[in-house]
Amino acid sequence: MDRLKRTTFILFLMLVASLLPLGGHASSPEVGTGNGKVRDHQGNGDTTHKANYTKKAFPVLSFDYKNVRTPFEISLWVLLASLMKLGFHLIPRVSNIVPESCLLIVVGLLIGGLIKLVGEDPPVLSSKVFFFYLLPPIILDAGYFLPMRPFTENLGTILMFAVVGTLWNAFFIGGALYGVCQLEGDYLGKVELLSCLLFGSVVSAVDPVAVLAVFEEIHINELLHILVFGESLLNDAVTVVLYHLFEEFSSVGTITVTDVFLGIVCFLVVSLGGIMVGAMYGILAAFTSRFTSHTRVIEPLFVFVYSYLAYLSAEVFHLSGIMALIACGAVMRPYVEANISHKSHTTIKYFLKMWSSVSDTLIFIFLGVSTVAGKHNWNWTFVIATVVLCLVARVLGVIGLTLVINKFRIVKLTTKDQFIIAYGGLRGAIAFSLIYLLDENHFARKDMFLTAIITVIFFTVFVQGMTIRPLVDLLAVKKKQETKRSINEEIHTQFLDHLLTGIEDICGHYGHHHWKDKLNRFNKKYVKKCLIAGERSKEPQLIAFYHKMEFKQAIELVESGGGSKLPSAMPSTVSMQNIQPKKPSQERALPQVSKAREEEIRKILRTNLQKTRLRLRSYNRHTLVADPDEDGWNEFLIKRKRMKDLEKMSHVNNYLTVPAPPPDSPTIARARLASDPQAWVIKPVTGDIPTIKVELASPQSPESVSVVDEFKKSSYEQEDEDGDGLVMKATSLVAKKDETGEDDKEPQQRLQRCLSDPGPSAEDEEDEPFLP
Amino acid sequence: MGSFQSLPFDHHYRTLSKKTGFSLEQIGILHNRFKQLSLNEETLRRDDFNKVQDLKDNPIRSQIVEAFFDRRNFQKDGVGSMEEIGFEEFLTVMSYFRAPALHTTEEQREEIRRAKLRFLFNMHDTDNDGTITLEEYRHVVEELLSRSGSLGKETAKGIADAAMLEVASISVGHMAPDEFYEGITFEDFLKILKELEIETRMNIRFLNMDTTVLCK
Repeated sequence: MDRLKRTTFILFLMLVASLLPLGGHASSPEVGTGNGKVRDHQGNGDTTHKANYTKKAFPVLSFDYKNVRTPFEISLWVLLASLMKLGFHLIPRVSNIVPESCLLIVVGLLIGGLIKLVGEDPPVLSSKVFFFYLLPPIILDAGYFLPMRPFTENLGTILMFAVVGTLWNAFFIGGALYGVCQLEGDYLGKVELLSCLLFGSVVSAVDPVAVLAVFEEIHINELLHILVFGESLLNDAVTVVLYHLFEEFSSVGTITVTDVFLGIVCFLVVSLGGIMVGAMYGILAAFTSRFTSHTRVIEPLFVFVYSYLAYLSAEVFHLSGIMALIACGAVMRPYVEANISHKSHTTIKYFLKMWSSVSDTLIFIFLGVSTVAGKHNWNWTFVIATVVLCLVARVLGVIGLTLVINKFRIVKLTTKDQFIIAYGGLRGAIAFSLIYLLDENHFARKDMFLTAIITVIFFTVFVQGMTIRPLVDLLAVKKKQETKRSINEEIHTQFLDHLLTGIEDICGHYGHHHWKDKLNRFNKKYVKKCLIAGERSKEPQLIAFYHKMEFKQAIELVESGGGSKLPSAMPSTVSMQNIQPKKPSQERALPQVSKAREEEIRKILRTNLQKTRLRLRSYNRHTLVADPDEDGWNEFLIKRKRMKDLEKMSHVNNYLTVPAPPPDSPTIARARLASDPQAWVIKPVTGDIPTIKVELASPQSPESVSVVDEFKKSSYEQEDEDGDGLVMKATSLVAKKDETGEDDKEPQQRLQRCLSDPGPSAEDEEDEPFLP
Repeated sequence: MGSFQSLPFDHHYRTLSKKTGFSLEQIGILHNRFKQLSLNEETLRRDDFNKVQDLKDNPIRSQIVEAFFDRRNFQKDGVGSMEEIGFEEFLTVMSYFRAPALHTTEEQREEIRRAKLRFLFNMHDTDNDGTITLEEYRHVVEELLSRSGSLGKETAKGIADAAMLEVASISVGHMAPDEFYEGITFEDFLKILKELEIETRMNIRFLNMDTTVLCK
């Protein structure tokens, strides 16, 4: 197997290498235009000299690369990025030691080198392409799936690190670099203070792309992850303000106190404005999604377009686009997810992951290529000073800030935490692009800055990225809990929320929980009613969670082969009867249900079943939870519910060992496919048990009715309950539709059911045709 | 800074501080609050909690109030509930919500976790028999969902049943169809909530500044 993997990888490399000359040749237009000219000529010849029309050979095959050039190149790059991703995962040994981002940069370097060898000019990462096309998907992906609870709980800490930390870094690095330059004299002495400060502000920003790429692979605990990641997202506002401030004034030359004051005001405007723009678009998107129940197909499009518009609108006013994007995603998510269909939800999830994955890969590759391509000016002092100062500033900043932060935190940050936070401050492509955007006329040392930035980026990504994983293991930092959230934990989380709010109220001060509770109540009372369609607006979180869990268990059951046993995740034989208090068994006769209750239950079924969702639990671009076949989910849900209900019915205790239909029986498999949304199960016959009767009388599944009629072998009772055709019936039929008309020889009773049943009410077994 | 009332109180505060871990300022503030709720009397009754306006919207209000009067939270082997409590009991209950200090050993954290989970357990186990039965658990979930109307009642039972099932599966594993799972014991409770990291979550911030005049 190893050899196979190696040969496959070599084939990939060869394929990639063969694509390169094409990319290289792309910049040579002669071939294209040459043919074009011939064609034009011919066309002219045709129209103007009709009389002298000499018959030339009709061009059966012509080569016109010029037309297709740009999309072709783009596709080639994207294909290259994806192939690289594939290739890395074929060699697990390397990808365990070296984070993917490093490998990608190396690949970029190689490609850049190859292109240069061919003689062409390798493309540099254009800032416009980066900021408008490559960065937004990553940020939207991060913002949409941002875990809100840890984020809001640690918001104070994150803001401290993002704002104060970045400011400290910027000024410390800028000032110290200026000092170094002055000390050095001759060459560096001409670097101005403002340029240094600008450089400092750009290089001090922790980069979300790099942080995501590295942290995802090391699985540290949620707190540290959200601290570093949150900081990398929120420091964008600071970076934007500082960048524009210094860029503006580098042409002027000096800064006055008013400018500093205006800078602070500008910071507030940029960050709050960005958030407001994002929130506005988010609410618009949520409101739009309320009405999409008839056009499910374009639901994901609204999410993407509104978010992108938020980003672009923020950029129009020079507000923080990243914060706008985060705000938009975070605001719209709870409402949109309540409104859209399950498939749209999956689409959004997969598209975001796909785009962000490709973007991320492309960014790193381009970073490598640009290193080869760009103009460089290597100055030992400057570069070394930058790298050292970055590290020092980061460590000092983290330690200093933690001293202050720990006074206000309930759960203090330990030294280990501080180390990881400091070590996780990676720089990335945003810094590079910002420097690249600089005007050369104002910044004479732009190329030197570029070199220094690239060195810092390489250092952080390679050295820190590679060593963080063994360090995390060495320091025994707490890792992320991989266990699934259980219903008990959810209940107690909610319970704790209310409990803590209550205690705070009793204590008499308005704390964190108090405001959170007020916000939740406001949300429930007003906002949800506006933005969520239908009755879902009233569903409390606990119930939503419970339905999701049921749904997930149903899917798990399907994946395990549809047997009657629960999936191996719960390898216990404990079932409902073990925990039900012993009641006199007479109560469990054929349940009589009042009409009102039935109606209520039917309503619950209809509203709650169709809108269950699977929520993404942990954010990891590489290993998405494998979703089973989405199309047949309703059918599987049916099966799962039936299994569960069978267990619950105490008077069918004997049936708890319902044998699974033989998994390979072709007739059964065909039946399952052919009679959607029906599902069948084999049930052993015992005469004297009170049977629950089901009859399928829904006009929506005519074939099922006809099936019953067609293959009737013996009479079966019909029992109408309230004339609605929702009666479960045990037939002694062998009824099963089959394309080849084969009869199934199983002489057992089958339960014919078509149901949707969300809620575990042990007494009721009402069913209703599942409305797709 | 905080002005203590008179010298005799000072000594009392110190013993309390040693017992519960609060600082002297915090005890002073909480005492002010206690006096505010009890209308300057020595003891607090259940009705006094009605003064707290925000508590009315809390779905588990009655259980929170009840926890203050539960003897099990004051003494190791206390049984039953009291009619009225003094400041010491009030402070003892509040001390369950203190955060663990910065430098605690693993055993200390475990101790703190057990204490906090014991408090939660006592809140659920209303009949004092040492286990949380299905009925009690159902009651808990129903209270949580009590604001959601009839929909809440329907699913509350199902949620409680599913949760109970989960606990039974995790703690006991395999049971024959005839066996009966009595209820969640404290050990089971510890097991299922191990992941929740109670010692970091079940905390509120106790201020060093007196804000009782600002808030209701």
